[in-house]
Amino acid sequence: MIDMAVVELSRLQFALTALYHFLFVPLTLGLSFIIVITESVYVITDRPIWRDVTRFWGKLFGINFVLGVATGLTMEFEFGTNWAYYSHYVGDIFGAPLAIEGLMAFFLEATFVGLMFFGWDRLSKRGHLLTTIMVAVGSNLSALWILIANGWMQHPTGAVFNPETMRMEVSNFKDVLFNPVAQAKFVHTVSAGYVCASVFVLGVSCYYLLRGRHMELAKRSFTVAAAFGLASSLSVVVLGDESGYALTDNQQMKLAAMEGMWETEQAPAGLTLFGIPSNSAHETAYEIKVPYVLGLIATRSLSGEVAGIVPLVERADYRIRQGVIAYDAVEKLKVNRNDLVAREAWERHKSDLGYALLLKRFVADPRQADDATIAKAAWSTVPNVPALFFMFRIMAGLGFFFILFFATAFAFSVRRRFDRKWFLRTAVLAMPLPWLAIEIGWLVAELGRQPWAVDGVQPTFLGASSLTTTQIWATIFGFTALYGVMAVIEVKLMLSTIRHGPEVYEGSDGEPTPERARATTFTAIPAE
Amino acid sequence: MSIPFDYETMRLIWWTLMGVLLIGFALTDGFDLGSASLLPFVGRTDAERRMVINAIGPTWEGNQVWFILGGGAIFAAWPYVYAVSFSGFYLAMFLVLSALILRPVGFKYRSKKPDPAWRSRWDWALFVGGFVPALVFGVAVGNVLQGVPFRLDSDMRSFYEGTLLGLFSPFALLGGLVSVAMLVLHGAGWLTLKLEDGPVRDRAQRYGQIAALVAFVLYALGGVWLAMGDIGYRVIGVAEAAGPSNPRMTETAHAAGAWLANYGAHPWMILAPLLGLAGPLVALIGIRGRKDALVFGGSSMANLGIIASVGLSMFPFILPSSIDARSSLLVWNASSSHTTLFIMLLVTVILLPIVLVYTAWAYKVMFGRITTRDVNLNPDFY
Repeated sequence: MIDMAVVELSRLQFALTALYHFLFVPLTLGLSFIIVITESVYVITDRPIWRDVTRFWGKLFGINFVLGVATGLTMEFEFGTNWAYYSHYVGDIFGAPLAIEGLMAFFLEATFVGLMFFGWDRLSKRGHLLTTIMVAVGSNLSALWILIANGWMQHPTGAVFNPETMRMEVSNFKDVLFNPVAQAKFVHTVSAGYVCASVFVLGVSCYYLLRGRHMELAKRSFTVAAAFGLASSLSVVVLGDESGYALTDNQQMKLAAMEGMWETEQAPAGLTLFGIPSNSAHETAYEIKVPYVLGLIATRSLSGEVAGIVPLVERADYRIRQGVIAYDAVEKLKVNRNDLVAREAWERHKSDLGYALLLKRFVADPRQADDATIAKAAWSTVPNVPALFFMFRIMAGLGFFFILFFATAFAFSVRRRFDRKWFLRTAVLAMPLPWLAIEIGWLVAELGRQPWAVDGVQPTFLGASSLTTTQIWATIFGFTALYGVMAVIEVKLMLSTIRHGPEVYEGSDGEPTPERARATTFTAIPAE
Repeated sequence: MSIPFDYETMRLIWWTLMGVLLIGFALTDGFDLGSASLLPFVGRTDAERRMVINAIGPTWEGNQVWFILGGGAIFAAWPYVYAVSFSGFYLAMFLVLSALILRPVGFKYRSKKPDPAWRSRWDWALFVGGFVPALVFGVAVGNVLQGVPFRLDSDMRSFYEGTLLGLFSPFALLGGLVSVAMLVLHGAGWLTLKLEDGPVRDRAQRYGQIAALVAFVLYALGGVWLAMGDIGYRVIGVAEAAGPSNPRMTETAHAAGAWLANYGAHPWMILAPLLGLAGPLVALIGIRGRKDALVFGGSSMANLGIIASVGLSMFPFILPSSIDARSSLLVWNASSSHTTLFIMLLVTVILLPIVLVYTAWAYKVMFGRITTRDVNLNPDFY
């Protein structure tokens, strides 16, 4: 039997390391493009202030980038260390995008990032801009490949189970590559990264504007961040909807859980603005609904139904029973590869094998399961509804807030009004919000996938390595200590770099000399 | 899709490519690990240490991708190897990862404050980031040669029955020391090429000489151990080269001295261990004769020869099980599907040359020796 303590600890460690890794990645994704924008302006206009702007954000980019790389190392190997059976079971499909990510993206960003920092006096202006562009393209390509991998876990297409090797194998690589869930996820995720970086740049700029320091840099950065942020925040919300739309075919349960929708409603279904869902009572209390909206968003039609949780559980119940036949066939094929009766039964029921595996949480041999156990397994397909319901609403609310926020910023920047203190203060206070939205977004996506590691294919609890709880506790403590120390150092360095402000290289205009810039670090100059 | 190579050929190609990636890692990031291991010893002042750091600073990050890609490629092409080895060597992997995590941070953050205590702490962090992986990789190879205590059940779930301390057998420690010596030598070879004439370079070469001798003697000792000791595995009966990737369909057995059997069957393979023995000597001659290119060339030969010889000795084994006759992972029973191997080959054939071109360009841009003047004046330096 599976040791659930090992599974829960493995999940905890994966969540901790992934959430931590994802504190740094979004800023890398977005800041790299903001630097491309400012450096392009420098190359086109040849005004040294834009080089100073570029190098200042480049410095903050560098401090953040290294932690993204450092914590990414853990991720690349964690499937093998902690999810060995998962790695065996789907490595034939899931390994490919990870390897391609290394070849296509990591080499690009890692090779060029060295030149980006060391190449200022060794490359022509255009040559240096090219290296900066390569870093941005590389980091964004890495997001593409890891989301193709993740998209496949959410919506596993183009693969079949092979009883001879006891694993999933590729049947159509094009389906894996052009998975609609992966595409929607990619655009949604990188846009979120752009929003994150825009909020960051805007926040730091507003801090300078409030203090009346580095005004030339701050106003220019404000303008760039406002425009880039407005476009990105629209993209996040619009394409966030796109990933909801894709869900209706593939991950109906996730959508129903996010909406706390227990029964299928008459089409088009209403959108729940608020309510208090309960996993045990199978209902959502105190609902406030907007009629028709969910059906329209999710199915893009007036007649399309959005399935509720209870009917989806009934469907799972049926698929578990079919899956047991497939499971029985696989066990017979293990003994005799040429058992024709088993082969035929397998062919008919193979798409439900994953559902039979849900039973392994309750019985060692799914074929021994009684009706009550099957019902229990069917109900185990329901993720944590209240958590998804509330987290989704926080994330979506923040998404709409960012649109409003950047629209305001954009309006001010067009009218060159950089002196609205209430807005400058809001922008500084808003700095943590994109991280909150992004981490919650990860939780919604991955908690919503539960109980599956790969939707309908492998339950999460089967994927873990055969480790002991002591081993996993040791690494959880180890990573927490190491990551904790690094987080403290990183934040301190970020803050001191921001307080210090931009270096001024020779030939700049409109900015104080380095000595004066440094002097202002410790003396607050009153705002204008 | 019709695949122009049969399954057996694809597996051979991917076995070779895995070797190429590991050797690529050793040849490039190997000298970063070696240089970092030497850092606190060859540099005594902050300026001296900064010379070492900046000799690898602009390019180490790209080099490290060979390691990450190694992980990804093993996942894609040899999922059994990825799953069994990394979960089996669980705490050792944690040790390697946490050491490697110190590197990106160390390189970047060390220069952010002039405080000597701050910088000294990061120097030792960088040392750990170089030395610990170099040691553990070698220990891991030693363990693989000896056989790893794991078994696969009929669902192909892997169970590891060893302990952390069990990893440090005398033979495995020998492997660790060969690896450290080889990579320290390679680091010394890189610093020879990259640093201006002066005390740091001289010290690097002095340590390089010791490393070359140690690498030569211990590697030779390892060969003798394989011949005389109780190490080795062989396949019983025939392993179907194009059969399904199911390790339980093949049977293997412990057989003393079996790791040298391939050299009898395929005499050309002897080139690899010869290269592994000659490399350290060539590097030594280079140091004594002040021929810089020979030092780095020799240390590269050593890396190439030593790693290739391990792979060739074990062929067709990748990961032998020491406790179960029907669990050992072979080239013929542990790969991805035919389709995946082919797709990944296509991707590699297209992308790897591009990677090599821009990597070469990056080295060209950063060409030239690091001087004390650079370290003192260049604002871009760490």
